[in-house]
Amino acid sequence: MPRRSRLHTPKPHSRPGEKPDFSYLETSPAGAVPRPDVNARVRDIGNLATDLVRVLDDEHRAVGPWHPHLEVAELQIGLKHMLLTRVFDDRMQRTQRQGKITFYMRSLGEEAVSVAQAMALRPGDMLFPSYRNQGLYMVRGRPLVDLMCQLLSNTSDMCKGRQLPVMYHWAAGRIFSISGNLATQFPQAVGWAMAAAIKGEDDIAVSWLGEGSSAEADFHYAMLFAAVYQAPVILNVVNNQWAISTFQGFAGGEQRSFAARGPGYGIAGIRVDGNDFLAVYAVTQWAAERARRGAGPTLIEHVTYRGAAHSTSDDPARYRPKDDYEKWPLGDPVERLKKHLIALGEWSEERHAALTAELDAQVVAAWKEAVTHGTLGEGPRLNPDTMFEDIFKDVPPRLVRQREQMRSEQT
Amino acid sequence: MIQALNSAMDIMMTRDPNVVVLGEDVGYFGGVFRVTDGLQRKYGEHRVLDTPIAEGAIVAAAIGMGVNGLRPVAEIQFADYIYPACDQIFSELARLRYRSAGEFWAPVTIRTPCGGGIRGGQTHSQSPEAIFTHVCGIKVVMPSNPYDAKGLLIAAIEDDDPVVFLEPKRVYNGPFDGNPNKASVSWSEHARGEVPDGYYTVPIGKADIVRAGSQVTIVTYGTMVYVCQAAAESIGLDAEILDVRSMVPLDIDTITASVSKTGRCVIAHEATLFSGFGAELSASIQEACFWKLEAPILRVAGWDTPYPHAFEWEYFPGQARVAGALKTVMEWR
Repeated sequence: MPRRSRLHTPKPHSRPGEKPDFSYLETSPAGAVPRPDVNARVRDIGNLATDLVRVLDDEHRAVGPWHPHLEVAELQIGLKHMLLTRVFDDRMQRTQRQGKITFYMRSLGEEAVSVAQAMALRPGDMLFPSYRNQGLYMVRGRPLVDLMCQLLSNTSDMCKGRQLPVMYHWAAGRIFSISGNLATQFPQAVGWAMAAAIKGEDDIAVSWLGEGSSAEADFHYAMLFAAVYQAPVILNVVNNQWAISTFQGFAGGEQRSFAARGPGYGIAGIRVDGNDFLAVYAVTQWAAERARRGAGPTLIEHVTYRGAAHSTSDDPARYRPKDDYEKWPLGDPVERLKKHLIALGEWSEERHAALTAELDAQVVAAWKEAVTHGTLGEGPRLNPDTMFEDIFKDVPPRLVRQREQMRSEQT
Repeated sequence: MIQALNSAMDIMMTRDPNVVVLGEDVGYFGGVFRVTDGLQRKYGEHRVLDTPIAEGAIVAAAIGMGVNGLRPVAEIQFADYIYPACDQIFSELARLRYRSAGEFWAPVTIRTPCGGGIRGGQTHSQSPEAIFTHVCGIKVVMPSNPYDAKGLLIAAIEDDDPVVFLEPKRVYNGPFDGNPNKASVSWSEHARGEVPDGYYTVPIGKADIVRAGSQVTIVTYGTMVYVCQAAAESIGLDAEILDVRSMVPLDIDTITASVSKTGRCVIAHEATLFSGFGAELSASIQEACFWKLEAPILRVAGWDTPYPHAFEWEYFPGQARVAGALKTVMEWR
């Protein structure tokens, strides 16, 4: 035994040029994890934070106590929303590469998280997303043109040209504004949930962040306040293994699961297969019911994989093996739900290809419409006067003077 | 002033069921300075919430509550403790309306006691107001007397924009002229200590002419209002004394009108000098009043050091420092 102190620096299991190695990943067989009553005490369900809730087995059957028994039509809708998210992402990635938008972030491989969760929630529930939750918008039905206009910062941009692409918001759809400062939305969601409880309303708040951002103080603030006030909130850690180039060990994932932080605070923690649409749906339904009946908050860790780059600004081949995603043991969420539906006799490769083509045509048509509202390079442009609005409710005299000065510079 | 602030929250909690108060020790105990005394007994534990010691979480939760229709009044126990909440204040609270193009906003008031002269040492004496004025999207207010404190706090709670409301704790119990050896004076002796029982507001963004005068304009706020008054009296100057009251928005017109009249200006604040709010005041006054100025604008402030426990009065910008600046400005050729 060494008798000296040592400094441990976490290292991913494989780097570029090496064979992908996911031996660190602990999984449970589909159907193996019991589903406790939604009122269960945190101390009695500690296993949920370390086991892995899975419903879809290797033969694409839905098995076990977490099987949510959704109608076939629901499953098909879920598949469609996930596919739409993916097709939209692919097209927007390409427009970025063509220089038509400045920046983009895909959610490849993580589509089940947003789509299954949004479907398991009620329309009145308030969502506080991170920047890789575009599936929420697909499920809640925001027109694609609106999202694209935001990406283009054009005359119909919901953010009036003030935010980086993908930082959407939608008050009417109950989706909160995305911040570029990570994790800040987590404790805000708890505050929102506290207010709902103060007012005696039964809408709940739901928030997401990546495992990397769980290192921020805001994660811990949220956990603490959620526990102290037993706020009706679902807090989601999307563990996609990578925070830009930093693997999840640097966020503390080497020693203990992220879900295990829940019981540490006295909050139910569930570790779920984030690429299993049915499992994500089921744990969300469980957590929502728990929150809604006053039984407390839940921390859900979605074990998934960031299939794409962090954003259009980085190249993952510089920090992880090229074929890492292909070797990910939990597969692809779209493929898995597709194969499940095929196994049920309710889907086929032909229908899948046809749906993909149909969604792609929708996205292309929406893009054609979006660019008529302006692009970065070509007009029409937003009136730059708008930059002085919404800093305060009313434009103060100082900003009126600065606006005048800016106008005088234009002529 | 403590009772005046308490009354402001009491009135607003009665008038508007969406007003809630949260912070460390604010509930059962009524606050370390007693400002929230009795509110939890009257309005219950769901409207006056004791919180964990987590300033960032207090402000974040207040933002979430504000987005969900409440009108939170968050207390940060000492202004010195506000820094963990700064990301939530600067990047979130101040920016939410802007980044969502008006779809989301949070009408949060953050009350916090500031300033020294109470043997608080370097972690219970700071005046961080300038930091907040540098962030677009937050209003920054500091009353100097009970009447203004109540009227401004009601205005802040009713305001749909976020307000950082700084309470100079040295004058919580009475005006203070900078001399720690004199017997303390209570607010009951002071004209602005008289506070109406009911609802009224003092508009945010209006400076107050504390004393009209002709020889020099003193621009100040908080505790320094009384120090400046005493300093001017001590050297027999007919000074016009302006209490800024609100730094954002700033009533620059009242200030420049006064300096244009007197031709001389001293700015005084307790906060450290370098990049203090006095720098903004000085620049703005100079731009507007250059041809009217008979002397350079001087600033009186705390030294650019932390606020030391043992040398509180050497640090504090007392009457001697103010009088020195006034003499220099008056004698300028």
